[in-house]
Amino acid sequence: MTDVVVTVNGEKRPVPSGTTVADMVAITAPSRGGSDRGIAVAVNREVIPRGTWGSVRLTGGETVEIVTAVAGGC
Amino acid sequence: MTTAAASDDQGLVIAGKSLGTRLILGTGGVQSLEVLDSIVDASGATIATVAIRRVDPSARGSLLDVLHDRGVSVLPNTAGCFTAAEAVMTAQLAREAFATDWVKLEVIGDEDTLLPDPVELLDAAEQLCDAGFVVLPYTTDDPVLARRLEQTGCAAVMPLGAPIGSGLGIRNPHNIELVAEAVSVPVILDAGIGTASDAALAIELGCDGVLVASAITRSRHPERMAAAMRRAVESGYLARSSGRIPRRWHAQASSPAEGMPSFTA
Repeated sequence: MTDVVVTVNGEKRPVPSGTTVADMVAITAPSRGGSDRGIAVAVNREVIPRGTWGSVRLTGGETVEIVTAVAGGC
Repeated sequence: MTTAAASDDQGLVIAGKSLGTRLILGTGGVQSLEVLDSIVDASGATIATVAIRRVDPSARGSLLDVLHDRGVSVLPNTAGCFTAAEAVMTAQLAREAFATDWVKLEVIGDEDTLLPDPVELLDAAEQLCDAGFVVLPYTTDDPVLARRLEQTGCAAVMPLGAPIGSGLGIRNPHNIELVAEAVSVPVILDAGIGTASDAALAIELGCDGVLVASAITRSRHPERMAAAMRRAVESGYLARSSGRIPRRWHAQASSPAEGMPSFTA
Protein backbone atom coordinates (compact mmCIF):
# COMPACT_ATOMS: atom_id res chain seq x y z
CA MET A 1 0.00 0.00 0.00
CA THR A 2 1.40 3.42 -0.89
CA ASP A 3 2.09 5.94 1.80
CA VAL A 4 0.33 9.29 1.80
CA VAL A 5 1.00 12.32 3.96
CA VAL A 6 -1.55 13.64 6.42
CA THR A 7 -1.18 16.36 9.06
CA VAL A 8 -2.04 14.98 12.48
CA ASN A 9 -2.15 17.42 15.37
CA GLY A 10 0.07 19.80 13.50
CA GLU A 11 2.68 17.24 12.37
CA LYS A 12 2.99 15.90 8.87
CA ARG A 13 3.28 12.14 8.90
CA PRO A 14 3.26 9.39 6.30
CA VAL A 15 0.55 6.77 6.66
CA PRO A 16 -0.57 3.97 4.36
CA SER A 17 -3.26 5.13 1.99
CA GLY A 18 -6.62 3.97 3.29
CA THR A 19 -5.67 4.34 6.94
CA THR A 20 -8.87 4.85 8.89
CA VAL A 21 -9.58 7.50 11.51
CA ALA A 22 -9.79 4.66 14.04
CA ASP A 23 -6.24 3.62 13.08
CA MET A 24 -5.02 7.20 13.52
CA VAL A 25 -6.57 7.41 16.99
CA ALA A 26 -4.88 4.14 17.99
CA ILE A 27 -1.50 5.40 16.72
CA THR A 28 -1.78 8.88 18.23
CA ALA A 29 -3.15 7.93 21.64
CA PRO A 30 -1.42 4.62 22.37
CA SER A 31 -1.27 5.08 26.14
CA ARG A 32 -5.02 4.82 26.46
CA GLY A 33 -5.04 1.08 26.19
CA GLY A 34 -7.64 1.05 23.47
CA SER A 35 -10.04 3.27 25.36
CA ASP A 36 -11.24 6.12 23.23
CA ARG A 37 -13.29 7.74 25.98
CA GLY A 38 -13.02 11.49 25.90
CA ILE A 39 -11.46 11.66 22.46
CA ALA A 40 -12.84 13.51 19.45
CA VAL A 41 -11.56 13.76 15.92
CA ALA A 42 -11.92 16.40 13.24
CA VAL A 43 -10.80 15.87 9.67
CA ASN A 44 -10.51 19.05 7.63
CA ARG A 45 -12.47 20.94 10.29
CA GLU A 46 -15.33 18.47 10.28
CA VAL A 47 -16.09 16.44 13.39
CA ILE A 48 -16.07 12.72 12.65
CA PRO A 49 -18.68 10.86 14.72
CA ARG A 50 -17.16 8.05 16.78
CA GLY A 51 -19.34 5.45 15.10
CA THR A 52 -17.78 6.16 11.71
CA TRP A 53 -14.10 6.21 12.72
CA GLY A 54 -13.58 2.73 11.35
CA SER A 55 -15.01 3.54 7.95
CA VAL A 56 -13.59 7.00 7.26
CA ARG A 57 -10.35 6.52 5.32
CA LEU A 58 -7.54 9.02 4.83
CA THR A 59 -6.37 9.46 1.25
CA GLY A 60 -3.66 12.05 1.78
CA GLY A 61 -3.52 15.78 2.39
CA GLU A 62 -6.05 15.79 5.20
CA THR A 63 -5.64 17.82 8.35
CA VAL A 64 -6.56 15.67 11.33
CA GLU A 65 -7.07 16.97 14.86
CA ILE A 66 -7.34 14.42 17.66
CA VAL A 67 -8.27 16.04 20.96
CA THR A 68 -9.16 15.20 24.52
CA ALA A 69 -9.75 16.83 27.89
CA VAL A 70 -6.97 18.55 29.80
CA ALA A 71 -7.02 20.58 32.96
CA GLY A 72 -7.52 24.14 31.90
CA GLY A 73 -9.60 27.24 31.67
CA CYS A 74 -12.02 28.40 34.24
CA MET B 1 -38.27 28.59 56.35
CA THR B 2 -37.99 26.85 59.65
CA THR B 3 -34.48 25.50 59.48
CA ALA B 4 -31.18 27.27 59.29
CA ALA B 5 -29.43 24.31 57.76
CA ALA B 6 -27.67 24.83 54.48
CA SER B 7 -28.95 21.45 53.41
CA ASP B 8 -32.33 22.94 52.53
CA ASP B 9 -30.61 24.59 49.57
CA GLN B 10 -31.03 22.64 46.36
CA GLY B 11 -28.08 24.43 44.78
CA LEU B 12 -27.73 25.43 41.17
CA VAL B 13 -30.32 24.29 38.68
CA ILE B 14 -29.20 24.72 35.08
CA ALA B 15 -31.35 23.70 32.14
CA GLY B 16 -33.48 21.62 34.50
CA LYS B 17 -30.51 19.78 35.99
CA SER B 18 -29.96 20.13 39.72
CA LEU B 19 -26.29 20.27 40.65
CA GLY B 20 -26.87 20.05 44.41
CA THR B 21 -24.21 22.71 45.03
CA ARG B 22 -23.52 26.31 44.08
CA LEU B 23 -19.84 25.73 43.41
CA ILE B 24 -18.49 24.75 40.01
CA LEU B 25 -14.88 23.65 39.91
CA GLY B 26 -12.50 24.84 37.22
CA THR B 27 -9.50 22.61 36.59
CA GLY B 28 -7.18 25.32 35.24
CA GLY B 29 -3.90 25.40 37.14
CA VAL B 30 -4.29 22.05 38.89
CA GLN B 31 -0.86 20.57 39.53
CA SER B 32 -1.58 16.85 39.48
CA LEU B 33 -4.37 14.31 39.29
CA GLU B 34 -3.90 13.61 43.01
CA VAL B 35 -4.53 17.27 43.81
CA LEU B 36 -7.51 17.28 41.47
CA ASP B 37 -8.97 14.30 43.30
CA SER B 38 -8.54 15.97 46.69
CA ILE B 39 -10.08 19.29 45.64
CA VAL B 40 -13.01 17.61 43.91
CA ASP B 41 -13.74 15.81 47.16
CA ALA B 42 -13.24 18.82 49.42
CA SER B 43 -15.18 21.24 47.21
CA GLY B 44 -18.28 19.07 46.99
CA ALA B 45 -18.47 20.04 43.32
CA THR B 46 -20.56 17.83 41.07
CA ILE B 47 -19.39 19.39 37.82
CA ALA B 48 -15.95 20.53 36.67
CA THR B 49 -14.72 22.34 33.60
CA VAL B 50 -12.09 20.90 31.30
CA ALA B 51 -10.28 22.34 28.30
CA ILE B 52 -9.96 20.68 24.89
CA ARG B 53 -6.45 20.14 23.57
CA ARG B 54 -4.56 17.87 21.21
CA VAL B 55 -3.95 14.38 22.58
CA ASP B 56 -0.57 14.05 24.26
CA PRO B 57 0.71 10.54 23.43
CA SER B 58 2.92 10.55 26.54
CA ALA B 59 0.20 11.62 28.97
CA ARG B 60 -0.25 9.25 31.89
CA GLY B 61 -3.54 8.93 33.67
CA SER B 62 -6.59 10.90 32.73
CA LEU B 63 -8.39 13.64 34.51
CA LEU B 64 -11.53 12.20 32.97
CA ASP B 65 -10.96 9.04 35.01
CA VAL B 66 -10.56 11.08 38.20
CA LEU B 67 -13.77 13.01 37.54
CA HIS B 68 -15.64 9.88 36.50
CA ASP B 69 -14.57 8.00 39.63
CA ARG B 70 -15.80 10.89 41.80
CA GLY B 71 -19.10 11.01 39.94
CA VAL B 72 -18.35 14.52 38.68
CA SER B 73 -19.84 15.67 35.37
CA VAL B 74 -17.56 17.13 32.74
CA LEU B 75 -18.26 20.66 31.57
CA PRO B 76 -16.09 21.28 28.51
CA ASN B 77 -14.95 24.84 27.96
CA THR B 78 -13.68 26.66 24.92
CA ALA B 79 -10.66 28.14 26.68
CA GLY B 80 -8.11 29.58 24.30
CA CYS B 81 -10.59 30.42 21.54
CA PHE B 82 -10.45 33.94 20.11
CA THR B 83 -13.16 33.67 17.45
CA ALA B 84 -16.70 32.38 17.27
CA ALA B 85 -15.62 29.88 14.62
CA GLU B 86 -12.93 28.38 16.87
CA ALA B 87 -15.28 28.21 19.82
CA VAL B 88 -18.05 26.53 17.82
CA MET B 89 -15.62 23.96 16.43
CA THR B 90 -14.25 23.27 19.93
CA ALA B 91 -17.76 22.84 21.32
CA GLN B 92 -18.62 20.38 18.56
CA LEU B 93 -15.51 18.34 19.32
CA ALA B 94 -16.34 18.40 23.03
CA ARG B 95 -19.86 17.20 22.38
CA GLU B 96 -18.46 14.25 20.45
CA ALA B 97 -15.73 13.51 23.02
CA PHE B 98 -17.82 13.66 26.17
CA ALA B 99 -21.34 13.00 24.90
CA THR B 100 -22.60 16.21 26.50
CA ASP B 101 -24.48 19.14 25.03
CA TRP B 102 -23.21 21.44 27.73
CA VAL B 103 -20.48 23.93 26.96
CA LYS B 104 -18.83 26.66 28.98
CA LEU B 105 -18.36 29.20 26.22
CA GLU B 106 -15.25 31.36 26.37
CA VAL B 107 -14.30 33.64 23.51
CA ILE B 108 -11.37 35.78 24.55
CA GLY B 109 -10.57 39.23 23.17
CA ASP B 110 -6.88 39.59 23.97
CA GLU B 111 -4.02 37.87 25.75
CA ASP B 112 -3.32 40.58 28.29
CA THR B 113 -6.74 40.87 29.90
CA LEU B 114 -8.32 37.59 28.76
CA LEU B 115 -11.55 39.57 28.74
CA PRO B 116 -14.41 38.19 26.66
CA ASP B 117 -14.90 39.50 23.13
CA PRO B 118 -18.61 40.37 23.34
CA VAL B 119 -19.22 40.42 19.58
CA GLU B 120 -17.66 37.02 18.93
CA LEU B 121 -19.23 35.67 22.13
CA LEU B 122 -22.77 36.56 21.11
CA ASP B 123 -22.16 35.17 17.61
CA ALA B 124 -20.87 31.87 19.02
CA ALA B 125 -23.70 31.69 21.56
CA GLU B 126 -26.28 32.09 18.79
CA GLN B 127 -24.71 29.37 16.68
CA LEU B 128 -24.39 26.94 19.58
CA CYS B 129 -27.89 27.56 20.95
CA ASP B 130 -29.25 26.99 17.44
CA ALA B 131 -27.30 23.71 17.32
CA GLY B 132 -28.94 22.51 20.52
CA PHE B 133 -26.13 23.14 22.98
CA VAL B 134 -26.69 24.10 26.61
CA VAL B 135 -24.55 27.23 26.56
CA LEU B 136 -22.96 28.80 29.64
CA PRO B 137 -21.15 31.90 28.40
CA TYR B 138 -18.27 33.58 30.22
CA THR B 139 -19.12 37.25 29.85
CA THR B 140 -18.27 40.72 31.04
CA ASP B 141 -20.21 42.13 34.01
CA ASP B 142 -22.49 43.98 31.58
CA PRO B 143 -26.21 43.53 32.32
CA VAL B 144 -27.16 44.46 28.76
CA LEU B 145 -24.96 41.80 27.22
CA ALA B 146 -26.16 39.31 29.83
CA ARG B 147 -29.73 39.96 28.74
CA ARG B 148 -28.79 39.53 25.08
CA LEU B 149 -27.16 36.21 25.90
CA GLU B 150 -30.27 35.09 27.76
CA GLN B 151 -32.46 36.12 24.82
CA THR B 152 -30.19 34.09 22.56
CA GLY B 153 -31.10 31.03 24.59
CA CYS B 154 -28.13 30.62 26.92
CA ALA B 155 -28.89 28.42 29.93
CA ALA B 156 -26.93 30.66 32.32
CA VAL B 157 -24.67 33.68 32.22
CA MET B 158 -21.24 33.78 33.80
CA PRO B 159 -20.07 37.33 34.45
CA LEU B 160 -16.52 37.95 35.59
CA GLY B 161 -15.63 39.50 38.92
CA ALA B 162 -12.16 40.44 37.69
CA PRO B 163 -9.81 39.18 34.96
CA ILE B 164 -9.12 35.43 34.85
CA GLY B 165 -6.50 34.33 37.35
CA SER B 166 -6.11 37.84 38.82
CA GLY B 167 -7.60 36.98 42.20
CA LEU B 168 -8.77 40.60 42.43
CA GLY B 169 -12.22 39.68 43.70
CA ILE B 170 -15.38 41.40 42.54
CA ARG B 171 -14.26 44.76 41.18
CA ASN B 172 -17.73 46.06 40.42
CA PRO B 173 -20.24 44.56 42.86
CA HIS B 174 -22.95 46.89 41.60
CA ASN B 175 -22.70 45.51 38.07
CA ILE B 176 -22.90 41.96 39.36
CA GLU B 177 -26.10 42.90 41.19
CA LEU B 178 -27.42 44.47 37.99
CA VAL B 179 -26.63 41.31 36.01
CA ALA B 180 -28.38 39.15 38.63
CA GLU B 181 -31.38 41.44 38.37
CA ALA B 182 -31.35 41.62 34.57
CA VAL B 183 -31.73 37.93 33.74
CA SER B 184 -33.87 35.06 34.93
CA VAL B 185 -31.41 32.30 34.01
CA PRO B 186 -28.82 31.36 36.66
CA VAL B 187 -25.96 33.81 37.14
CA ILE B 188 -22.63 32.20 37.95
CA LEU B 189 -19.73 34.40 38.93
CA ASP B 190 -16.74 33.34 36.91
CA ALA B 191 -13.15 34.57 37.20
CA GLY B 192 -11.56 36.93 39.66
CA ILE B 193 -12.27 35.03 42.87
CA GLY B 194 -9.24 35.25 45.14
CA THR B 195 -10.46 33.85 48.43
CA ALA B 196 -13.51 32.53 50.23
CA SER B 197 -15.02 35.91 51.08
CA ASP B 198 -15.16 36.78 47.36
CA ALA B 199 -17.23 33.64 46.71
CA ALA B 200 -19.57 34.40 49.61
CA LEU B 201 -19.97 37.98 48.36
CA ALA B 202 -20.89 36.76 44.88
CA ILE B 203 -23.80 34.77 46.27
CA GLU B 204 -24.81 37.60 48.60
CA LEU B 205 -24.94 39.95 45.60
CA GLY B 206 -27.48 37.68 43.94
CA CYS B 207 -25.41 35.19 41.96
CA ASP B 208 -26.76 31.67 41.90
CA GLY B 209 -23.36 30.05 41.77
CA VAL B 210 -19.63 30.58 41.59
CA LEU B 211 -16.97 28.99 39.42
CA VAL B 212 -13.57 28.76 41.08
CA ALA B 213 -10.39 27.52 39.48
CA SER B 214 -7.13 29.38 40.16
CA ALA B 215 -8.11 30.52 43.65
CA ILE B 216 -8.18 26.86 44.64
CA THR B 217 -5.67 25.23 42.32
CA ARG B 218 -2.93 27.86 42.74
CA SER B 219 -3.36 28.31 46.49
CA ARG B 220 -0.73 26.88 48.82
CA HIS B 221 -3.16 24.27 50.18
CA PRO B 222 -5.68 23.55 47.41
CA GLU B 223 -7.65 21.01 49.40
CA ARG B 224 -8.17 23.42 52.31
CA MET B 225 -9.12 26.24 49.96
CA ALA B 226 -11.59 23.96 48.19
CA ALA B 227 -13.23 23.24 51.55
CA ALA B 228 -13.26 26.98 52.30
CA MET B 229 -14.98 27.74 48.97
CA ARG B 230 -17.59 25.08 49.62
CA ARG B 231 -18.46 26.69 52.96
CA ALA B 232 -18.28 30.19 51.46
CA VAL B 233 -20.99 29.59 48.90
CA GLU B 234 -23.14 27.90 51.53
CA SER B 235 -22.63 30.84 53.89
CA GLY B 236 -23.31 33.34 51.13
CA TYR B 237 -26.58 31.65 50.33
CA LEU B 238 -27.63 31.36 53.97
CA ALA B 239 -26.82 35.03 54.53
CA ARG B 240 -28.64 36.21 51.41
CA SER B 241 -31.73 34.18 52.19
CA SER B 242 -31.69 35.44 55.79
CA GLY B 243 -32.25 39.07 54.82
CA ARG B 244 -29.36 41.23 55.93
CA ILE B 245 -29.85 44.26 58.15
CA PRO B 246 -29.93 47.64 56.42
CA ARG B 247 -26.76 49.68 56.35
CA ARG B 248 -26.92 52.71 58.65
CA TRP B 249 -24.83 55.83 58.78
CA HIS B 250 -24.78 55.91 62.57
CA ALA B 251 -24.71 53.28 65.25
CA GLN B 252 -27.88 51.69 66.52
CA ALA B 253 -27.81 50.54 70.11
CA SER B 254 -28.55 46.89 70.54
CA SER B 255 -29.45 47.08 74.23
CA PRO B 256 -32.56 48.85 75.57
CA ALA B 257 -32.22 52.40 76.89
CA GLU B 258 -34.93 51.73 79.48
CA GLY B 259 -34.02 50.32 82.86
CA MET B 260 -30.56 51.78 82.96
CA PRO B 261 -29.47 52.05 86.59
CA SER B 262 -28.49 55.50 87.71
CA PHE B 263 -25.03 56.05 89.09
CA THR B 264 -25.19 59.80 89.35
CA ALA B 265 -24.46 61.09 92.82
